[in-house]
Amino acid sequence: MIFGVDVASMLLGGVAAGMVLFIVSVGLSVTMGLMGFVNLAHGGFAMLGGYVIALTMKYWGLGFVPALLVGFVAIAALSAVLERLLYSRLYRAAELDQVLFTIGLVLMMIASVTVLVGPENQPLALPAFLRGQINLGIVQYRTYSVALIVVGILIVTGLWLAFDRTRTGAQIRAAVDNRRMAESLGINIGRLFTLTFAFGSGMAALGGGLGAEFLGLDPQYALKYLVYFLIVVAVGGLGRVTGVFYAALLIGVLDFTLKKYLPQGGTAFIYALTILLLLWRPHGLFGAKTT
Amino acid sequence: MTPTESPWADHPAAVALAGRHRLRAWEPIPWILALAFYFVFPKYLGFGTELLITILFAVSLDLVLGYAGIVTLGQAAFFGAGAYTVGILAKRGIWNEPITGLVLAAAVAAAIGLGSGLVLLRTGGLTLLMLTLCTMALLEEAANLAHDYTGGFDGLDSLPIAPLLGRFEFNPLYPTTQYLYVLAVLFVCFVFVRTLVYSPFGQSLTGIRENTLRMHAVGAPVRGRLVLCYALSAAIAGVAGGIWAQANAYVNLGTLGLDRAATVLIILVLGGYGRLYGAFVGAIAYMALSHFLSKLYPTAWQLGLGLLLVVIALFARNGILGIAELGVRWLRRPRPMP
Amino acid sequence: MTAPLLETLALCRSFGALTAARDIDFRLEAGARHALIGPNGAGKTTFINLLTGVIAPTSGAILLKGRNITSVGQAQRVKLGIARTFQINRLFRRLSVLENVYLAVAERVGAAPAMLQPAGTRRDVIEESMRLLDTLKLAPHASRRVWELPYGRQRLVELAIALGLKPEVLLLDEPAAGVPSAESHIILDAIDTVPRDIGVLIIDHDMDLVFRFAERITVLVSGAVFATGSPREIGADPNVRAVYLGQAARG
Repeated sequence: MIFGVDVASMLLGGVAAGMVLFIVSVGLSVTMGLMGFVNLAHGGFAMLGGYVIALTMKYWGLGFVPALLVGFVAIAALSAVLERLLYSRLYRAAELDQVLFTIGLVLMMIASVTVLVGPENQPLALPAFLRGQINLGIVQYRTYSVALIVVGILIVTGLWLAFDRTRTGAQIRAAVDNRRMAESLGINIGRLFTLTFAFGSGMAALGGGLGAEFLGLDPQYALKYLVYFLIVVAVGGLGRVTGVFYAALLIGVLDFTLKKYLPQGGTAFIYALTILLLLWRPHGLFGAKTT
Repeated sequence: MTPTESPWADHPAAVALAGRHRLRAWEPIPWILALAFYFVFPKYLGFGTELLITILFAVSLDLVLGYAGIVTLGQAAFFGAGAYTVGILAKRGIWNEPITGLVLAAAVAAAIGLGSGLVLLRTGGLTLLMLTLCTMALLEEAANLAHDYTGGFDGLDSLPIAPLLGRFEFNPLYPTTQYLYVLAVLFVCFVFVRTLVYSPFGQSLTGIRENTLRMHAVGAPVRGRLVLCYALSAAIAGVAGGIWAQANAYVNLGTLGLDRAATVLIILVLGGYGRLYGAFVGAIAYMALSHFLSKLYPTAWQLGLGLLLVVIALFARNGILGIAELGVRWLRRPRPMP
Repeated sequence: MTAPLLETLALCRSFGALTAARDIDFRLEAGARHALIGPNGAGKTTFINLLTGVIAPTSGAILLKGRNITSVGQAQRVKLGIARTFQINRLFRRLSVLENVYLAVAERVGAAPAMLQPAGTRRDVIEESMRLLDTLKLAPHASRRVWELPYGRQRLVELAIALGLKPEVLLLDEPAAGVPSAESHIILDAIDTVPRDIGVLIIDHDMDLVFRFAERITVLVSGAVFATGSPREIGADPNVRAVYLGQAARG
């Protein structure tokens, strides 16, 4: 019985962590799959979003949920501007240039936040209804983690429906599969890119705020977790929402469990596993390439 | 007897190609300057040694990135492999002769490069980038775990390196031996890379970088060439790492970290990749700037560096040498007749 | 009867539900001047990709001088004597014209793996490349970067690279594609200079080029061989005309 409880709480913890990874990474996966653009600054948008959320709660007295909305909108708008002005110039550029540009951008983001707010960890006060524990029958667990899991499932379902049922979703899927053909079908690729990029960065902002309790929030956040986001995206497959979901859960559970039982070798194991997975399936576990 | 003059020997294209590898007038200058530095700035030899080692490391990256076109964020894996080879052998009293130590460092790094290259270079794009990153991170974690050998987070210090050629001691306070030693090693390695770049092998690497599909279609064994190039570049990075450990009598996890890998990439791009001497220009520019700014105003340094990268990526992808080339071309442009 | 130079037996290739090549039986003789025509989407480029090893067939066999090369890799097939040009130029645009051909010739003569001697000391490779450029009237342009040349001349460099491989089988995928009609005679003249003992297969839409050049024509429709014969037979075949005119009426 005790063992069962341990396993359950281990799973819940890992799944909750995976949800955070998913929410941040899904935007990266779609923009990379859609635009073929290596955006290493994605973690920066998550970090900035987290700060907007934490600071509006602290200084403007906003509630948690309204702050999340503000964060989403603010970062989506910022990223749309950056996309139109700067990112779009590099769509046809070599991969190296995209890497350099986005690294430079994220360094500027980190430096700006360090100057404006300070290098320390920024605490984010959770609202009362998310603190404490909740009784799930078999086990008592942190309300916050359970809420994360629920939110994550809602988001993935919502996204899946949006991709499957709406016209914009269909356009995005078409463009991910074959951009040139989508263009010749009259789909406005430029507008699609901006929209998707803004949405993806907004999601990252949400993830930054939602995950602050788990992952902390300081300027270095942008680079600290970048490797994890990239691993989730690479393993899940570019442009595959469900793929990213499963990959995020996998990495989340693995990392959480390993930190408990194998604190020494946990990270090494994840790197090794990623290497093996990518060698076996270079396009991700769920990414498909037919030619 | 073969005919002594072929009808095409004087054609400008043939002359250009035949003479491409010839030493240009300004090429000895960096070496003369480096030697002069030894006499003119005896108090800065520590900085100078670090600079020369960085140049060597950047040259190794130029071979694989600038010439073969392999985008890697994991070059520090080989630097660290070389450094730890020297460090562990010296610390454990197994081997501490410097020159052969470098050979061993190169061999170990080359082996890792060969092994990982064979496996990783089947992929490309983001996947390859991720794999190089993960391989390096894995190596770093492994070094951390094997702390009995590697000293873990603290690393290994006070490495007992034997005197060079039995006579010249490595004194950390007076790095005169280190400086000349590193300069000599850099010279040898650079000559090797330069020869490689101008050889038919180097030419085929350029072909692979410029149009991989076409190289397949002319019968080139593309992957074999890339793996070989990757392993050679790893060997040179290993030499850089090994000599770093010898010069500093110290090795730690930082030799394997993303920070070192990202910095050398930035240095090479800043100077201009695919141009052999971009490593020199980039290293001098970067280290001069960072030496003064990063300690005084670390946040401003980070902001400035980020801005520099953004500007380079958008407007000056060929770095300082690229801008210099544009300048030269503008100066040489055909003027309208008066 | 001696084996033909290049032969395919019941060659098939599907991409999921799409069948790009259907039971293709094809023969190319040494010294042949063979054209492959057909409406858009008929699978002509796929066929060339199959012949050169860029993609593998789903079933069927490819034989070179009687030897089964179906599982032989792309680079190896080049060594065995098959060379091709691409429909859209695949050149080393930032290198000079001479360097472009040098790369191909160096690969062929085995000079390419040399690491410790300068490329410029292989005078034999430079000499042969220049001679080849001269036969294609490209010698005056040998120093120029490829991107500086007009498109028609670039197409010739594409041909020069393929010829530098001294192939026995030459596959030309729409050699005149994208070339302004004022320049297209350059391409035709160049193809006339190809050594007589090489078996040449051309894909093209330009009927003037096809009928001027070909001694044998194969018509490909929807991935399958529709008709094969001499130019006169194909020109007179009412079914062939229907297939083409039908396409023209629709498209």
